[in-house]
Amino acid sequence: MTDVYAVSAAPHIKQRISVPSVMWQVVLALTPALLASIYFFGTKSLWLTLYGIISAVITEAVIQKIRKIPITVTDGSAVVTGMLVAFNINVSAPWWIPVVGSVFAIAIGKQIFGGLGFNIFNPALLARAFLVASWPTIMTSGWTPTRLGSISGLNSSIIPSTAIKAQNLITSATPLNVAQQLRDKVFTSGFADNLAESQAIANTIFDKLADFGTIQNLFWGNVGGVIGEVSAAALLIGAAFLAYRHIIEWRIPISYIGTVFVLTYFFGGINGLFSASILLPVFHIFAGGLILGAFFMATDMVTSPVTKKGRIYFGVGCGILTVVIRMVGGYPEGVSYSILLMNIAVPLIDRYTIPKPFGEKRIKK
Amino acid sequence: MGLKTFPGGIHPHDFKEFSKDMPIENLPLPKKVVIPVSQHIGAPSKPIVKKGDEVLTGQKIAEPGGFVSIPMHASISGKITKIARFPHPTGAMVMGIEITGNGEDKWVELVDDEKYLDLPVEEMKSRISEAGICGMGGAGFPTHVKISPPKDKPIDTVILNGVECEPYLTADYRIMMEQADDILAGLKILLKIVNAEKGIIGIEANKPEAIKKMKALVKNEPNIKVIGLKLKYPQGAEKQLIYAATKRKVPNKGGLPMEVKVIVQNVGTAIAIYEAVRFKKPLIDRVITVSGKIVNKPKNIKARIGTLFFDLLDFCEGTKEEIGKIISGGPLMGFAISTLETPLTKGSSGLILLNKKDAQKDEESTCLRCGRCVDICPMNLVPSLIANSVRYDDWDSAEKYGVMDCMKCGSCAYVCPSHIKLIQWIDIGKLKVDEKNRK
Repeated sequence: MTDVYAVSAAPHIKQRISVPSVMWQVVLALTPALLASIYFFGTKSLWLTLYGIISAVITEAVIQKIRKIPITVTDGSAVVTGMLVAFNINVSAPWWIPVVGSVFAIAIGKQIFGGLGFNIFNPALLARAFLVASWPTIMTSGWTPTRLGSISGLNSSIIPSTAIKAQNLITSATPLNVAQQLRDKVFTSGFADNLAESQAIANTIFDKLADFGTIQNLFWGNVGGVIGEVSAAALLIGAAFLAYRHIIEWRIPISYIGTVFVLTYFFGGINGLFSASILLPVFHIFAGGLILGAFFMATDMVTSPVTKKGRIYFGVGCGILTVVIRMVGGYPEGVSYSILLMNIAVPLIDRYTIPKPFGEKRIKK
Repeated sequence: MGLKTFPGGIHPHDFKEFSKDMPIENLPLPKKVVIPVSQHIGAPSKPIVKKGDEVLTGQKIAEPGGFVSIPMHASISGKITKIARFPHPTGAMVMGIEITGNGEDKWVELVDDEKYLDLPVEEMKSRISEAGICGMGGAGFPTHVKISPPKDKPIDTVILNGVECEPYLTADYRIMMEQADDILAGLKILLKIVNAEKGIIGIEANKPEAIKKMKALVKNEPNIKVIGLKLKYPQGAEKQLIYAATKRKVPNKGGLPMEVKVIVQNVGTAIAIYEAVRFKKPLIDRVITVSGKIVNKPKNIKARIGTLFFDLLDFCEGTKEEIGKIISGGPLMGFAISTLETPLTKGSSGLILLNKKDAQKDEESTCLRCGRCVDICPMNLVPSLIANSVRYDDWDSAEKYGVMDCMKCGSCAYVCPSHIKLIQWIDIGKLKVDEKNRK
């Protein structure tokens, strides 16, 4: 008898891909956004992100040690979570904010459910929700201007310098914050002495939001906001890389962003239905965390549907919720809550979107 | 680029460069062959010889065990030396007939009907059935059954499968390059038998020379078309090929091609059909690719059925490195076998050797729900959910998610970043769901 060789089931060749390679590529894809943040906000962005990453990794290792299971922190998934936690934090936040956030994300968001692959919610977004609820002032105000001096992306010369209240708004609030405040008729009525003039100032600001100049600021990153969302351009570079590597797939981001586009065009204006300019939806896409959320958080593999049709429903759902929160909710931004809410629906979506196998349906005789 | 294809699929490197330019070589007559009684789908054949009998090349040594079965023939002349269980390319131990050759290669009498296309259809069918032909692409379905559809299922198209989408394999490519006329003759016989008006030869785009060659050959055959298909695995799977060539979808849940008026045959089978009908030659040899990074001289070899893989590898001057894994068939759907003392069967299209490194198994980690398997599944299933249902013994869900529609092409396991052994889970699921439904 000749040698006996080991056998195994087919297939006998495999694509060179693994969980670590997926995760580290996501880290790589998030790096341009981090660099953009360092450029616009300074090195504090880097430090906060590092605190987030390090605490995420340590938390994961400690919990895995306690659970007596293999320690898998080198697979990069905790790094991604820590990075995304920090990306959701205002650059003016103290050092312990990303630390607390990352510990929460890994311990409560991920390991409590059984670790990678079993969590229901996107851990980073769950941590953000926790931080916003616990330290609302730190998380939603005190925005740092970019190195070019902008927070809202608007130029203060667009309205009279005498309109103090309006000036305050556009020099201290993020673009979405401005957009939200302008919907508040009681608030805007204080812009000037009489109502007509106030409304005129509000309209001017609102028009300028959906102006090409503002959108350029949003696109490149010359606006205030959380660490990761600052530069849409940098995020899109990373997203393009992930799409090219087949790590994210078009269905969720495109249906998400498409829904936001359509709905903000219909409902986005401050003077009733269809009063928005065509650039307003573009403003809504690049303002706030939509690009970060649509390409890097909603697409989180573990917490999004596996079926193709399901991913579209998921994206559309996220889009609707985002617009509802931005238009009628109490928060200026709705990306994180919309994704978290849709995360809950994922098992249900999967269940109702199981595809039909290839082939004609057999006709029953 | 206008190439026809199917939805889903993967793009593995094809590794055909090792053997694609190696002309078919005849293996010197082996000293010993082992003819398994089961080389096909259906009932095993029944030996009609006993130990000590002298046999001629081409002599029938086993009768079909039923309608869905085929006879077996001696592939060399010599003496029956053993009837026992032998290793089989599927990994199992299967009853086989060992013949020790006398080196003479004395044949049974053959004929030569030059006007073979004028033979009555019944005679053609009987010659095919007598020759013991089954599908030579891998699955091994008895050909005489495939070409005898019930009267209420007319066939209008015969597709010849020259896709050869599995990496490494080049046997079908070589026969298209070297025996194109015989393939065409086989196709014409098939068209006549099933009374179909249209013949299609499907070839994958990575074989441009073969496409050119076959196209030139059918220039004056208005009813026969050669189509180039997009380079994608599993382009050669029956349902996917039918869809690419005709836009017809074979019904799922066990539907057969004849339900969409099509039959598909491998190009190698077409040659066997031609030889059986014209010469009454039984299927006793075939072309197989012996390849792999570690094979000293990868080759396309015409060898007698029953030749031990050991002899084939010897003919390729062995390996450069220690063997890690032996695969019978292609690397995506083939079987890993434990010994080179395994015989060549009618359905073996390749003998692939991997080194220790490539044979290494990755540890399975938890499912990330990334959906890559869903994106590429050519049957439009959700492999990850099927595997999960099987893992938790939930046979009803496994069935609902389409475990029985899976053709086990292996694409899902190929792309899985968590290295989940999806095909293994699905295999278990198929068995268990089958068991459940029988109750």
